[in-house]
Amino acid sequence: MIEIKDLHKSYHMGSNSLHVLKGINFSVKEGELVAIMGSSGSGKSTLLNILGMLDNLDEGEYLLDGVPIKNLSETKAANYRNKFLGFIFQSFNLINYKSAWENVALPLYYQGVNRKERKERAVKHLESVGLGPWIDHLPSELSGGQKQRVAIARALAAEPKVMLADEPTGALDSKTSYEVMDLIQKINDEGKTILVVTHEEDIANMCKRIVHLKDGVIMEDTLVNQVRASAHVQ
Amino acid sequence: MGILDRDLWSEVFSTLSKNMLRTFLTTLGVIFAILILILLLGATTGMSNGFNKIFAGTATNSMFMWTQTTSIPYKGFERGRRIDFTLEDVALIKRQVSEVDIIAPRIQLGDFGGTSTVIREGRSSGSGVYGDYPSIDLVSKKRIVEGRFINQNDIEESKKVCVIGLDAYKLLFDKGEKAIGKSIQINGIYFSVVGIFKKNDNINFEGENAIFVPFTTFQKAFNSGNKIGWMAILVDPDKQVSVAEGKIKKLLKQKYNIHPDDVRAIGSFDFSEIFKGISAFTFVLQGFSFFVGIFTLLAGVIAVSNILLITVKERTNEIGVRRALGATPKIIKRQIILESIVLTTFAGLVGFVISVAALHFLDYKFGGSDEFPFVNPTVSIPQIVFSFILMVGLSMLIGLIPANRAVKIKPIEALREE
Repeated sequence: MIEIKDLHKSYHMGSNSLHVLKGINFSVKEGELVAIMGSSGSGKSTLLNILGMLDNLDEGEYLLDGVPIKNLSETKAANYRNKFLGFIFQSFNLINYKSAWENVALPLYYQGVNRKERKERAVKHLESVGLGPWIDHLPSELSGGQKQRVAIARALAAEPKVMLADEPTGALDSKTSYEVMDLIQKINDEGKTILVVTHEEDIANMCKRIVHLKDGVIMEDTLVNQVRASAHVQ
Repeated sequence: MGILDRDLWSEVFSTLSKNMLRTFLTTLGVIFAILILILLLGATTGMSNGFNKIFAGTATNSMFMWTQTTSIPYKGFERGRRIDFTLEDVALIKRQVSEVDIIAPRIQLGDFGGTSTVIREGRSSGSGVYGDYPSIDLVSKKRIVEGRFINQNDIEESKKVCVIGLDAYKLLFDKGEKAIGKSIQINGIYFSVVGIFKKNDNINFEGENAIFVPFTTFQKAFNSGNKIGWMAILVDPDKQVSVAEGKIKKLLKQKYNIHPDDVRAIGSFDFSEIFKGISAFTFVLQGFSFFVGIFTLLAGVIAVSNILLITVKERTNEIGVRRALGATPKIIKRQIILESIVLTTFAGLVGFVISVAALHFLDYKFGGSDEFPFVNPTVSIPQIVFSFILMVGLSMLIGLIPANRAVKIKPIEALREE
């Protein structure tokens, strides 16, 4: 599903140049649940941004479902993001003046789906994350865990090939974190490929594979025995 | 997703309506701009209408000419000589000056502006009494409230008839009394009333207590011979009054042995000059209104752009999210430009409604008053259409600034912003 070969990325700030990713080789097959771990500055967010086509790579190759991703125009990148990727952010990034279902329906709007179908599909996804009764609520009326579940429903709405989660539990307490991870695991169980950036050991252990990043290179890439989050959720 | 796509508009409207305060503040500038533009244009039109009302019924291409005293000795004549125009002069001018359309000579009883005592059954009125031809009506229209004005038949048969003003009527008759057919006495001679006139809301030479009798009757009754007091001259619409004026004066100066450079001997008053002055004045005023209005509008639209620019900054995160979710730069741009257009158009409509109401109020308050030239202040459809197109065009252009700013934000940076 994801194929990365010899990926390099540097940031230039004035005369200083910061080499963030120094030759990453890495591939993800369909249906995997991968945790990308690393301390801050290890390049894990940069890697995720490149995977998410939010940032361009300098050198190397990136194939997403067989499609080469390089030097995309803004318009093309937007279309690919819409079609291939679902994003989950640490700070949820919901649009605060739109109701839960309108937030979830937004990717569908950019796909040109008509309003009636958008609402149907958004409501279906909200129900699947257990937010059926909250479809008309504004984000400000929801708890952190609920907000993240709206964000997950939104990431699912466009039926992407890959879901990218950037510290999805970073702003949540541990109980809520496990609930969110439980949801992510269930989505993965249905066959969705998911990448989770995290620095929390317990969250990483809830994935099927852990990739350790340090100073822009992959230190370790191991398959783990998945800890089911449901065990922690009552 | 075309421009008529319902979702596109509902996206724009929901964004605007869910930020009511911001939307309202943004529109204020444009509301005021349109208000000022329309009020200025309307007030100018009202003033222009007011002037037109003053001159209604007065032929614009006309002049008056009368005699004064000479100021330069010439051909053995001393200065200070007074000459009188006669009916022959009228015929002479008609023959020789092709620009002249109609000449209405007039003679008055007593001195210019003076009055004579008019008597009826023990009542009296001090009225100006004028001997006139029917054609005077073409130069300065009278509003006849009852009966008729002097006609050609009266002239030919020198009928002893008269047309009296409303004031004279009030002084000479009881309220509601029928005046037509009754006789009044002027300098011992009886005239039968055939009409009553009311003054126009315009330039009046005679006032409402004047009395008009047929010119020929005047000649006989008051023994004035061929003498005339002054003449109202109507010039062909496509000819210059000043040219005709020059020619007539030259002709009469020759005839009466007046020095060619003597400017005092013959007095005249060119109406077209006044009209030209006033139309130039209202034209300039209108241009000025447009100028001020357009720049105010520009300022208003720039204010919209400015606020949109701020909101783009405020919405950086939202725009980042939208782009991460698949909004192309084009979609973001279109949304912001549409927001700009919708805001401006909405504000413009509100401004129009308020200003039209204000103009109605002004019209109600001042319109039709005699002291102030202000009638029916309106804006024309082309003016409205023009300002609307201008407004939408400007908002579209100016909306490009925040739109481009929004697109320049990289989604990754936008998402980092909290």
